[in-house]
Amino acid sequence: MSEKRNVVLKMEHVGRTYRDEEKETEVLQSVDFSVRQGEFISIIGASGCGKTTLLRLIAGLDRPQKGRILLDGEEITKPSPKAGYIFQQGNLFQWLTVRQNIGFGLKAQHLYKEKKDKIDEYIRMVGLKGFEDVYPHQISGGMAQRVSIARSLICNPEILLLDEPMGALDSFTRADIQDKLLELKRENDITMILVTHDIDEAVYLSDRIVIMTPHPGKISEIVEVDLPKPRHRGSESFFELRRKFLERFEMATAQPQPEYII
Amino acid sequence: MSETEKTFGKKEKKLIASILFTMAGFLVAILENLLVPQFAIGVALEVYDLKIFGLNHNEAFRLILICLMAAYGLSGIFSFKSKKKAEEYIQKARFRFAMGIALGIWDYLGTKIKVLPQPFFPGPAEILTAFLSEGNYIFQNTLYSLRLYAGGFVGGVLLGVSTGILIGWFPKVKYWVEPVLKITGVIPAVAWMPFALTLFPTPYSAAVFLIVICAWFPIASLTKQGIESTPKSLFEASEILGSSTVYQVFHVAVPYAMPQIFTGISTANGFAFTTLVMAEMMGQPGGLGYYINASKVWSAYYKVFAAILVMAVLFSFITWLLNIVQRRVLRWQRGLIK
Ligand SMILES: Nc1ncnc2c1ncn2[C@@H]1O[C@H](COP(=O)(O)OP(=O)(O)OP(=O)(O)O)[C@@H](O)[C@H]1O
Ligand SMILES: [Mg+2]
Repeated sequence: MSEKRNVVLKMEHVGRTYRDEEKETEVLQSVDFSVRQGEFISIIGASGCGKTTLLRLIAGLDRPQKGRILLDGEEITKPSPKAGYIFQQGNLFQWLTVRQNIGFGLKAQHLYKEKKDKIDEYIRMVGLKGFEDVYPHQISGGMAQRVSIARSLICNPEILLLDEPMGALDSFTRADIQDKLLELKRENDITMILVTHDIDEAVYLSDRIVIMTPHPGKISEIVEVDLPKPRHRGSESFFELRRKFLERFEMATAQPQPEYII
Repeated sequence: MSETEKTFGKKEKKLIASILFTMAGFLVAILENLLVPQFAIGVALEVYDLKIFGLNHNEAFRLILICLMAAYGLSGIFSFKSKKKAEEYIQKARFRFAMGIALGIWDYLGTKIKVLPQPFFPGPAEILTAFLSEGNYIFQNTLYSLRLYAGGFVGGVLLGVSTGILIGWFPKVKYWVEPVLKITGVIPAVAWMPFALTLFPTPYSAAVFLIVICAWFPIASLTKQGIESTPKSLFEASEILGSSTVYQVFHVAVPYAMPQIFTGISTANGFAFTTLVMAEMMGQPGGLGYYINASKVWSAYYKVFAAILVMAVLFSFITWLLNIVQRRVLRWQRGLIK
């Protein structure tokens, strides 16, 4: 990155092990990583390499056994509105309307009276005007994810964590939400960390891409995406970078060949 | 003329036919009552004072039939407003017609020729004499039942929902209270009657206690189930949005459990009716159950039927009210489940 801004998120030797009965699984091993203000980071890696685990640690939904995670210089000990989290499936409150879902955080933090005008602003921002008063089961998956994003952003988080938020969506809706994310990031100067399986998505959105490998989960490589913004999905430089990136990704995730295989 | 207009015209004709058909059933009953003479002996044609005007039992019966006919006629006319209502009305016409005819036949067999075993099966007009002769007394007993029901049921709902939340939320409460709930829950509430009557200062409070107990069990166990089945991810989402624990209980767990809570409440409603009537029959100074018992002693079965009729209307009305509240509270489910 050209201008070096201050670090918002810092992970120091983070490790997480799950124990059940007699078996121990080391899910994360010594993750060291910092994120600067306003950066867009994508995390990719094979299934089961600990991406969700890492994101949950940052959100405070889980605690690391080794190392520590600092958000704005303070250690994360429990979930807080400072780190917003977008779940894989909308995870909306089914009994609340779109508007009420978006306002949930304000109500819970007793900020509703002062800030309720913000709700309309966020409804407009995520393009849900006209759907304020319907219930979650009446909207599409893509709309549900946008509600979920608005619901998090209204709490003014330092950082937004997204765990494969577009995994279940078709490619048109995906592209739509990707652009929305970039727009929201520009408008709010917010730091985002996105877990994804989609390399195009990672290249299109990110400033840096973190490649993780499993058994035990760790960061194998961090790649800068030095494409000028705004980016175009169809441009030659985009394809070029994507191809280079794929090669590196394959190298990074290639399993060491066991010797007995012919 | 367009195709759609033609088909709607057809529907309208069908609706008119259905209205006339429905009313015809009741008209038959009215004519039967009016034209068929009284064959059987022992049915006194007394005139009762009903507030300002006097009525005998046949006139009262016909008045009821006319009211029913008018009500169905009016609802038929209002059904012109929407296609859905019209279809519903047309669909119900046959049953309503049969109802009118059945009332006529019952009047003929029960009162006019008295072939049904007496005094167990009086005709409809005779049942009405109970209301004509002691309507006030029946009304007082109905109020007594209603007061018992309201006290017991509201108490049961409050106690049930709060126990359910506590068991569902706190493992310690679950450990100590759930077994007690499971064991006492299977005992029919009226079994506690002898204790209740001695332990409570008044028969009224004893009966309220029994209704509370019988409503408590289904509501508490279903509330508990609902709270326990709330997905963890919803709690996580709400925590990230800044909810305190108390806020999570009342704004995540309870709303999530609401459909189950209402299932519990509907079940409890049925239990409460049973317990109410049984408690009244076993030792209350008033109420519809008491009225049935007292009338049975004098073999006044037409009064028993009158009380049953009041129960049918009253309990249906309460259930209908509950349904309205439920639909209102769970309006977010509309279209979600069939
Ligand atoms: N609560 C848990 N208890 C035990 N093991 C767990 C738990 N949560 C995750 N794991 C294990 O940790 C590993 C990493 O899981 P995680 O969900 O972080 O993977 P992931 O990278 O998000 O995979 P995917 O791309 O499929 O979502 C898996 O092998 C999983 O079995
Ligand atoms: Mg995952």
